[in-house]
Amino acid sequence: MMMIEMRAIRKTYRTGRVEVEALRDVNLDVDRNEFVAIVGPSGSGKSTLMNLLGCLDTPTAGAYRLSGESVAGLDRNRLAEIRNRHIGFVFQNFNLLPYASALENVELPLLFAGLPANERNERATAILEKVDLADRMHHKPGELSGGQMQRVAIARALVNRPTMVLADEPTGNLDSVSGRGIVGLFQELHAAGQTIVMITHDMAIARIASRVVQIRDGEIVEDKSAAA
Amino acid sequence: MTSLSFLRQMLQDVRHQKVRTLLTLLGITWGTVSVALLVAFGEGLQRRIVKSQKGLGESIVIAWPSRTSIPYEGLGKGRGIRVTEEDIEALRRKIPDARFSGEHSDGRNTFRRERVRISPGMSAVSPVFGVMRNLIPAPGGRFVNDLDVDRKRRMVFLGDKLKQDLFGDAEAVGQTIMIDNAPFMVIGVLKKKAQDSSYSGRDQDKAFIVDTTYRGIHGDRYVNNFIFQARHPSLVPEVTRRVYEELGRRLKFNPNDKEAIKTWDTTEGEKFLSIFFTTFRLFLAVIGSFTLMVGGLGVSNIMYVVVEERTREIGIKLAVGAKPRFIQSQFLLETLTLTALGGVLGFIITLAVLWIFPFLGLDEYVGTPTASPAVVLTTAALLGLIGIAAGHFPARRASLLDPVAALKLS
Repeated sequence: MMMIEMRAIRKTYRTGRVEVEALRDVNLDVDRNEFVAIVGPSGSGKSTLMNLLGCLDTPTAGAYRLSGESVAGLDRNRLAEIRNRHIGFVFQNFNLLPYASALENVELPLLFAGLPANERNERATAILEKVDLADRMHHKPGELSGGQMQRVAIARALVNRPTMVLADEPTGNLDSVSGRGIVGLFQELHAAGQTIVMITHDMAIARIASRVVQIRDGEIVEDKSAAA
Repeated sequence: MTSLSFLRQMLQDVRHQKVRTLLTLLGITWGTVSVALLVAFGEGLQRRIVKSQKGLGESIVIAWPSRTSIPYEGLGKGRGIRVTEEDIEALRRKIPDARFSGEHSDGRNTFRRERVRISPGMSAVSPVFGVMRNLIPAPGGRFVNDLDVDRKRRMVFLGDKLKQDLFGDAEAVGQTIMIDNAPFMVIGVLKKKAQDSSYSGRDQDKAFIVDTTYRGIHGDRYVNNFIFQARHPSLVPEVTRRVYEELGRRLKFNPNDKEAIKTWDTTEGEKFLSIFFTTFRLFLAVIGSFTLMVGGLGVSNIMYVVVEERTREIGIKLAVGAKPRFIQSQFLLETLTLTALGGVLGFIITLAVLWIFPFLGLDEYVGTPTASPAVVLTTAALLGLIGIAAGHFPARRASLLDPVAALKLS
């Protein structure tokens, strides 16, 4: 069983009278422990694909099975549950809660998973130590550097042991040094067996992935696995 | 969300919108004060009026023998009807569901004590009259009793103002006064009472003696009027019907002849007052609720702003797995907390006003407003309803946010 099975996925947006086809007939399988980079120019539909993969949005047509479970037709509360259980998001602009400490930010998915406080604290602490932020746990995002903030975000993505980490231009807002650090962290995670799907327009970053999917005008135009 | 971080979040919102939140809270507070105070004043006023009305007696009927208006068994109309003590005694026997007292008064009595000479109203009655008409003696005195009746004792019970006129501040009970040159002993003085209606002068200005003594002096068999009180207000119509029937039979008039005996049923007034005050309080409550509703609109408005400001945060929470219904309950809870805060503040102010009010000395006129359980419950229920209504729509909007759109904001 594939971790991700997308079949004939279409997504159309309607803006006024104009219909925009963001994705047309996309088929994509991702296996366990793959590190997939989805690349393409802006407007190619890669953000739409990311939203669909992350169950933030639902396709207009087509079938999507995540870990064997069909996602089509689920209501908003069920989709939230799927996101909580299966997906760890890492965003370009970090998307951390500004008033909460690093620890509290990382605890958030566990809170929605309904874990008791002591277990939340234990797991969040452990994962923050893993991303080298043991000494920054009680800092607010505003007191952290960009690279540190992104590591908090990665910790938050990992804390509920997701089926896959879904990263959207994770180095886009970072200087090259911090960016390299984050890329290195993703490589480590992949080496440890984490499934990762990353959206980027930077081919240099894409090259560290085990597989590169190129998307243009809403269609997959190339799908190449790196020679291992 | 833990309750601690929930509180912190709320404080954060409050801090961001200090003035607006404060004004909103004031709206709710003022609304609460309006509802609670208006209803409390309504209740106080009602109690005050009902109490003065009861000064005359509770659910009593006063009856005046008069002239027939319907020919009866060969007797023409316009015939005078006169009722004797024996007729009253017959009523007592035949209608056990009520108590009766005749009342003699001729209004030509001169009271004299030392140099004071006055001609107050005086009624000669049965001891039960005191209970029926709420003639409660001040401490140290009593109303006329059965022994006075049996022995035709010359005992007099004075209205409090009449006592003042005769004795000033001096002790009256046990003293002797002259009534039409016959000595009478004062056995009691009326405890000051509120009385808003009367039929032969206020009780405070009157004197009361027993009927047997009166008859012994004047030889008058006929009562001026009589009063009766049913065991329960609901029995009044039935008792009244039987009084006409019984007296009609004894004195030969048509039992349907309402002119033969004229009556004043005070329960009619009580019924009217009860309906009037129910409506009046409802009216006050509605006015207060409108004020509270305006406060609710303010809270709703500020919560819309809060949702707007926290759109990105909501997006983040949705992305990491918060269910929309969680987001909804979070905002609803926040609104309810704000409303409750305003409400508690309002209750405190209300209690303060109610505490201060008795010192203003206005209770003679408008009664003493009280926060009865009914007042508190009504206000609390209204607050809850308004909080839920005010929170529902912003909370719903928050829960319906599209996570993709919410996250795009930066």
